[in-house]
Amino acid sequence: MNTGKKRRQAVVEKKDCVACGCCVKVCPKEAITVIGGLFAQVDTDRCVGCGKCAKECPASVIEMREVTA
Amino acid sequence: MKKHWYDYLWILSSLYLILGFFNILFAWLGLLCFFIPLIIAAVRGTKGYCNRYCGRGQLFGLLGGRFGLSRKKDIPKWMKSKGFRYGFLIFFFAMFFVMLWNTYLVFAGAGELKQVVTLLWTFKLPWHWAYHGTLFHPGVAQFAFGFYSVMLTSTVLGLITMVLFKPRSWCVYCPMGTMTQLICRARNGKA
Ligand code: SF4
Ligand code: SF4
Ligand code: SF4
Repeated sequence: MNTGKKRRQAVVEKKDCVACGCCVKVCPKEAITVIGGLFAQVDTDRCVGCGKCAKECPASVIEMREVTA
Repeated sequence: MKKHWYDYLWILSSLYLILGFFNILFAWLGLLCFFIPLIIAAVRGTKGYCNRYCGRGQLFGLLGGRFGLSRKKDIPKWMKSKGFRYGFLIFFFAMFFVMLWNTYLVFAGAGELKQVVTLLWTFKLPWHWAYHGTLFHPGVAQFAFGFYSVMLTSTVLGLITMVLFKPRSWCVYCPMGTMTQLICRARNGKA
């Protein structure tokens, strides 16, 4: 769905992710998962851009970015 | 964010630390948080232990989050660098082997049981009140003192970084976390 509207999304800097899963625990939408014990991945369809994961991430590797959806 | 049974494992982690004040032999139970993460990583190729079950991570999350004992600042860049994480892992294991060696010496009769808990690899705290003799060899107690030292040291470090940075900052440089991630990397073949 391309509405041309801007919305916020979580973006993980994968190479610095420690795969602790703290972000997964706080996400209200189950939009973020840890893949194979390596890094977290955001499901862009589900993410509502609340920023909870970014606040929680102990390594501070999640950035909230404006994207056009 | 439904609560699951495993979201309460922080109770066991706290209990573990408390029991060590009463009877040091309980320290042996700590081997569980050593082997379970490794087995999960090796068999399933995930950090399932960190992601779900680790009570220590939960404890920091609770104290730093719910109880607000954290400044919630970003961890310094160098602390999340691979160099520091791997370096700390190596240092931690070097110290772990020194501990095993001391245990071996007691088992071999070449060393005496020392009823102390060593904090931060430096400070020797008298801990004789938690030792009431053992049915086993004194070496069994030596290992308990050594292992409890490791657990208490990592808890103290974790608490310090919890206060300074984000609640679960310890998870960034936790040797078990780093090691399980390395195992997953080797297993899931991603450089
Ligand atoms: S909280 Fe941060 S470091 Fe931990 S898995 Fe999520 S993105 Fe990675
Ligand atoms: S921004 Fe909110 S919805 Fe999106 S992944 Fe993070 S916690 Fe989940
Ligand atoms: S990184 Fe260490 S403390 Fe954090 S969840 Fe994993 S094993 Fe527990």
